[in-house]
Amino acid sequence: MNITVRVWRQSGPDDRGSLVSYDVPDVSPDMSFLEMLDVLNERLILDGEEPIAFDHDCREGICGSCGVVINGQAHGPQQTTSCQLHMRSFSDGDTIDVEPWRSRGFPVIKDLVVDRSAFDRIIQSGGFITAPTGAAPDAHATPVPKADADLAFENATCIGCGACVAACPNGSAMLFTSAKVAHLNALPQGQPERESRVLEMVSTMDDEGFGGCTNTGECVNSCPKGIPFASIVNLNKEYLRALRKR
Amino acid sequence: MLEYTVGSDISDTAAPTGPIENRWDTRKREAKLVNPANRRKHRVIIVGTGLAGGAAGATLAEQGYHVVQFCFQDSPRRAHSVAAQGGINAAKNYRNDGDSIYRLFYDTVKGGDFRARESNVYRLAQVSVQIIDQCVAQGVPFAREYGGLLDNRSFGGVQVSRTFYARGQTGQQLLLGAYQALSRQIDAGNVELHARTEMLDLIVVDGKARGIVARDLVTGAVQTHLADAVVLATGGYGNVFYLSTNAKGSNATAIWRAHKRGAYLANPCFTQIHPTCIPRSGEHQSKLTLMSESLRNDGRIWVPARAGDTRPPAQIPEDERDYYLERIYPSFGNLVPRDIASRQAKNVCDEGRGVGPGGLGVYLDFAEALSRLGRPAVEAKYGNLFDMYAQITAENPYETPMRIYPAIHYTMGGLWVDYDLQSTIPGLFVIGEANFSDHGANRLGASALMQGLADGYFVLPATLSHYLAGGGFSPVSPDDPAVVSAEESVSARLDKLLSINGSRTVDSFHRELGTLLWDHCGMARNASGLQKALDRIPELREEFWNDVRVPGTGQQLNQSLEKANRVADFLEFGELMALDALVRTESCGGHFREESQTPEGEALRDDEHFSHVSAWEYGSSGPVLHREALAFDYVHPTQRSYA
Repeated sequence: MNITVRVWRQSGPDDRGSLVSYDVPDVSPDMSFLEMLDVLNERLILDGEEPIAFDHDCREGICGSCGVVINGQAHGPQQTTSCQLHMRSFSDGDTIDVEPWRSRGFPVIKDLVVDRSAFDRIIQSGGFITAPTGAAPDAHATPVPKADADLAFENATCIGCGACVAACPNGSAMLFTSAKVAHLNALPQGQPERESRVLEMVSTMDDEGFGGCTNTGECVNSCPKGIPFASIVNLNKEYLRALRKR
Repeated sequence: MLEYTVGSDISDTAAPTGPIENRWDTRKREAKLVNPANRRKHRVIIVGTGLAGGAAGATLAEQGYHVVQFCFQDSPRRAHSVAAQGGINAAKNYRNDGDSIYRLFYDTVKGGDFRARESNVYRLAQVSVQIIDQCVAQGVPFAREYGGLLDNRSFGGVQVSRTFYARGQTGQQLLLGAYQALSRQIDAGNVELHARTEMLDLIVVDGKARGIVARDLVTGAVQTHLADAVVLATGGYGNVFYLSTNAKGSNATAIWRAHKRGAYLANPCFTQIHPTCIPRSGEHQSKLTLMSESLRNDGRIWVPARAGDTRPPAQIPEDERDYYLERIYPSFGNLVPRDIASRQAKNVCDEGRGVGPGGLGVYLDFAEALSRLGRPAVEAKYGNLFDMYAQITAENPYETPMRIYPAIHYTMGGLWVDYDLQSTIPGLFVIGEANFSDHGANRLGASALMQGLADGYFVLPATLSHYLAGGGFSPVSPDDPAVVSAEESVSARLDKLLSINGSRTVDSFHRELGTLLWDHCGMARNASGLQKALDRIPELREEFWNDVRVPGTGQQLNQSLEKANRVADFLEFGELMALDALVRTESCGGHFREESQTPEGEALRDDEHFSHVSAWEYGSSGPVLHREALAFDYVHPTQRSYA
């Protein structure tokens, strides 16, 4: 396949940035999207140009490092991570636009690399269970009904890639935050901090500059791990419940 | 070829004696403590935020130490432990199927082909029980039964169900547990986190590890960080092979630089080849993807009985299939340990019976499980793995068997540590995959997560406190010659890499090195192949330093520079790895020397000459080999049999 990519190039946070067009010949349908960028980068280096910077690491769809907007969609046309998107999803002769996540909460560092440390700060403000090491009760001491465990698990699969934010017209981080709240609040272990957790996390989310949620649902459509919309509904419920109890 | 000399023998002086079941308790009881009010005065550097590093940072900070933590990723949550799929072992005996601490200990020593330390392995089995309690308390959503109790499954090399799991994302869930515990400490101000920052050298002052030189990967600034102790939790070196199941960023730089500063490197030739990876599809391939070993619980492995049979799998009748693991190893069947499953896959492919493009693959078939359990049950257990396979290969594994082939996965070698997890440099501790200590020559499935968390949550906090309680930490001046020279050498090296401006990319060198090592130091090794690798690596290294092209500058985010710096270390590390493989003329576990095999083609150990750890010292005139003798008082070495 022969592909043309138009890639967002931005040398640093203060640069204006622009789309630059590159031809990539002989693309194999078995390549991942990132491997296609690897091939292009090898050529750019040999041509004396700077390769395109993009985040990636495990390339198995689980670390959450990678993530670019492809043809206007976070992670591209399939509901998966950019590293698990394969060139067989495109056709010979296609022109593909590649841009970084765009959101006030995720400033661009260079090219397609953005700063997602705001997500870490949301977690730091309450996305945990206070369980000091070394004196935990036996794991079987607290049974967890399977339905609750499954609900917790379904939400715990969030990889923190940020696609939800990138896809949201408001740049909201509700899906990310709601996943963690749903995971921990569903478990008996998470009950003592149930209210403080949701209040703190929502407050940090707002402070970090993420927009509000207007139930558009684009986040859910772009989430590679299928975090459900019900988690946002749950977050709102948990938030109101916590406000009432405060 | 690299000349080496033999130095004096070494031993582990930190391990207590006495009955094995009491040793860890004895060590903890005898360890000195630091008064809680004095703990905050101690700074501890931890490099890496995976299961070992994240757990250690969270625990030490919780105890009151001031932790300075580093990771090269943008967030601690992205460490490669996140990608582990299958599960974590613990001797809970919740299934009442005969499991015990002793049995987990026994399975691990045997599975490691008698090249691990008994004391360490026993401790690992003991601590495993506590790990599950800790993780459940943190809210790790392990799989559960309808009654609300934890579920288990079994893994290769064992005959009990002791593996706890969270669908196929166990590593992710355990890592998030550690990351969240660490996040709590960051918020409390007890951990100072430096993300997107990479350690490039170790600072040794008066013989003790006192800091690191690190590069801020966003601004390019090279900085020194000082502390009372340094902990390396930087994972394995499998990416020396270029293609592996490791994350792209995984590297050997931290341990290699520590090695050059005096830490011994143990058993670098012990690399685990994982039997269930998706076969490579072409030259563009950047990495390999693992399919969890847990698939072997229900998947049956087979190839056509006759060489050259290229019919699609559905058209090959039962009696023309060879379920070779079930045939050769009837009592363990598809659940033989990884080294054995990998080698047999290679053997059938060498016989021309491999399947898929290039003949480098075997079938992992779920047809029988699907008809026995039904699709919903198979989906519940393995759904995400099936989806991942379908995504990568564009084949539907519910309808046609998966194709798998072995790939480089985990490295059992690493920096030498004693029972306290301290390296040969006082104050330098090494935990998780970065050390060599617990797996011997082959790692059993679901044991990596166990070791990472055991080291981080439970072992290191006790032994590091003992070291810090010993005192003697006069402040190190930033102008100390050792600090200044380490920083200068890092900067000079980066400048050098940027100035070569040659004609080859970093990846082209990395690929060539990787191919060389896979061909000659991969699933099977022999003396002449290893000699070839040892002849070629120094030439390749020279070409690299004369002809590599690294664009851009050092004062910016420069991913080519990061890569070049790591590959330069792989080009040195790979040579030691091949040398270690050449010197160890026996076969054991993941190290299969073709010259040493049984008539049935199994690995043949040579206990008389090689029942030791090979600990390599970096010498100015070539590597120096020190041997640590291994003693087996409880699990007596026998020819491993899984028949």
